[in-house]
Amino acid sequence: MTPKTPKDASTTAPGTTPAPTGLSRRALLKTGAAAGAASLFPAPMLWAQNIKDVKIVHAGQSYSTIPNIAEQANKDLGFTVEMQTLDQTTQTNRMLTQPDTLDVVDVPNTSMKYFLGRDILMPLAVKDYKWWDKTVPLFTQGTYPNGEAYSMQGYAPIKAQYYTSEKAKEYSLTPTEWLVGVPLYYNADTIGIRPDLIDRPIESWADLLSSDFNGKVALQDGVAVGVPDAAMALEAMGDVTYVDKGNMTKEEIDATIDKLIAYKKDGHFRSFWTTFEQSVQLMASGEVVLESMWAPAVTEVRTRGIECKYNGMKEGYRGWYIMMMGMSHLDGLQRDCAIEYMNWYNSGWVGAFISRQGFYNSVPENVQPMMTENEYGYWYEGKAATDDILNPFGKVMETAGAVRDGGALWDRMGNIGIWNSLMDEDRYLVRRWQDFIAA
Amino acid sequence: MKLNPKAVSLLQVAPMGIIFTAMVLVPLLIIIVVSFLDYDFARVFPEIYLGSWQDVLTSQLTLDLYETTFKFVAIVWVITFSLGFSIAYFLVFHVRTLQIRLMLLAAIAIPFWTSGPIRAVAWVPLLGREGLVNQALLGLGIVDQPVAWLMYSEFAILVAYIHLLTMPMVITISNSMMKIPGSIIQAAQDAGASEFQIIREIILPLARPGIAIGTIFVVTAVMGDFFIVKTMSGGQVNTATMAIVTELNAFQYPPAAAKSVLMLAIVLGLVALLLRFADIRKELTK
Repeated sequence: MTPKTPKDASTTAPGTTPAPTGLSRRALLKTGAAAGAASLFPAPMLWAQNIKDVKIVHAGQSYSTIPNIAEQANKDLGFTVEMQTLDQTTQTNRMLTQPDTLDVVDVPNTSMKYFLGRDILMPLAVKDYKWWDKTVPLFTQGTYPNGEAYSMQGYAPIKAQYYTSEKAKEYSLTPTEWLVGVPLYYNADTIGIRPDLIDRPIESWADLLSSDFNGKVALQDGVAVGVPDAAMALEAMGDVTYVDKGNMTKEEIDATIDKLIAYKKDGHFRSFWTTFEQSVQLMASGEVVLESMWAPAVTEVRTRGIECKYNGMKEGYRGWYIMMMGMSHLDGLQRDCAIEYMNWYNSGWVGAFISRQGFYNSVPENVQPMMTENEYGYWYEGKAATDDILNPFGKVMETAGAVRDGGALWDRMGNIGIWNSLMDEDRYLVRRWQDFIAA
Repeated sequence: MKLNPKAVSLLQVAPMGIIFTAMVLVPLLIIIVVSFLDYDFARVFPEIYLGSWQDVLTSQLTLDLYETTFKFVAIVWVITFSLGFSIAYFLVFHVRTLQIRLMLLAAIAIPFWTSGPIRAVAWVPLLGREGLVNQALLGLGIVDQPVAWLMYSEFAILVAYIHLLTMPMVITISNSMMKIPGSIIQAAQDAGASEFQIIREIILPLARPGIAIGTIFVVTAVMGDFFIVKTMSGGQVNTATMAIVTELNAFQYPPAAAKSVLMLAIVLGLVALLLRFADIRKELTK
């Protein structure tokens, strides 16, 4: 973190969002005119001539900005795509303070609240996105495929999927013509388990706080994931009751933190982890037997020859998703290319690539033809692998006979107990979280 | 053309003055202003809000944070000073040839050829539940259960700090010691002083500038660190700097700014106090 950050924040106070410079505005108008001409005379040659100088800067998560994906994009599309992998803090700061340096971004659901009403993101018309009809109803309708409504605790997908109007000032809970962005991938997280070090099945979040595992438990270090996991466990234990554990009141936050402090003083937690590697190391080294975990970390532990399970709990999974959006400064030809890029991203190839890391794509229909029957069966349909399952880089992850923990897509994703969260009382929660760490 | 001497001096300090104002004073002023503003979800509002300061100045959390921070500073200082002084004394007064002395000094730096994050990760195979130390203790029959507090604990933080900060102590103290003329020690020996007397009466007072500079290094490094606290405690210990980083990561700038201003005041006060024990300018010109 640079010491300049507070200054940056103050410059983005409401009403002072930096406007694009005159120079780039002129340049954009020029390309805009060219695009206008291109649509008047639909000659493919002219189009290809124009877009070859366009560059789209895509910044996002380590799972979605992989060089292989950029390489494929540059092969399939007529313009240049440049990828930047940023950690969440840096990316949010970049988007808020230098929105013009990015064109397309993908961000986790828990960041969506930071961007609303800041005029930095471009609303996307439903008609401009080819795959909306084929997108899973988690995003389009706010329901599971059987039409049943899902849990609205935490930052559920439908809470930040539609804008009320083109002005993009407010989110709408019901479908409109304006999308906040293109949902990319999502997953159902649960507790990572070392079955070789535990002599009974783990089927409830309450086990995360069970005295059987005192000193052998880790939580993700933070309020977006660690707190929802802890809340699932506290509720299952009967320690705290919530109206909405994904958006707690101050009293609920106090009750949660006070209970967690009691567990911490009792020596219950071994560690809190911040990075993927730390979570892998904790589990693989036997420091912990149960912990908050992400699917690829479980796979990583397993590829080291160590048993690690990731089955669902009876209270449900913790869900999350990643959304891709264009920036509001886009204009003319560059805007068209950005929309083209977002359409391309969910057209199948990337979806298959990312699915091989253990995530789900929002348009499974497009992904299926890009995967082998064995792959799609293992990752999406809960079928036993008939051959080796390779990760996107060709490394063997599972061998024939393996079945994905938790089963098929909707066995896992159809049972969400809570979504990753950014609570209204975030200020109070972060303050009390500090008491917890200090205790 | 001839400028008057006052104008010449002003011109000479101007570049430094401008850089210092632009890079230090103005940002600091902004931090102070931000600490008095209201905030919400990565936004800072131009409205006065005293809550950040009220929390910093009256909460139990601030006391807890500084209690932990100063505890680390004190323990790390005592141990790095004892180690640093003893090693420097050995290198300067017992190692006879300059060549071997320099070789040994260079050897102290070998662990630092790898990067910080790699060293942090490497502690787990050593201090972890299934680590080398626990395997040795179990193998020797000293314990029958792995010792958990070796890793992800305050103990682990202290081990990492001492490992990291002994080297600067050795180097600054041995630098001061090497400047002590051999003739003084010879004279003391001729007058019948014991080795302990020589250390107490001659070497300790004359090495004081090196000790003070090493101390400033250790104190500021421990107070300004959050990475070692985070990795070695497994995020289970909170210090004054760690609290600032947590708030920056949550995009809550005003409370982070208030905590930073308080920390800056405390560190400046400590350094001013320590500089009374050493005249850095004299050290540099000698």
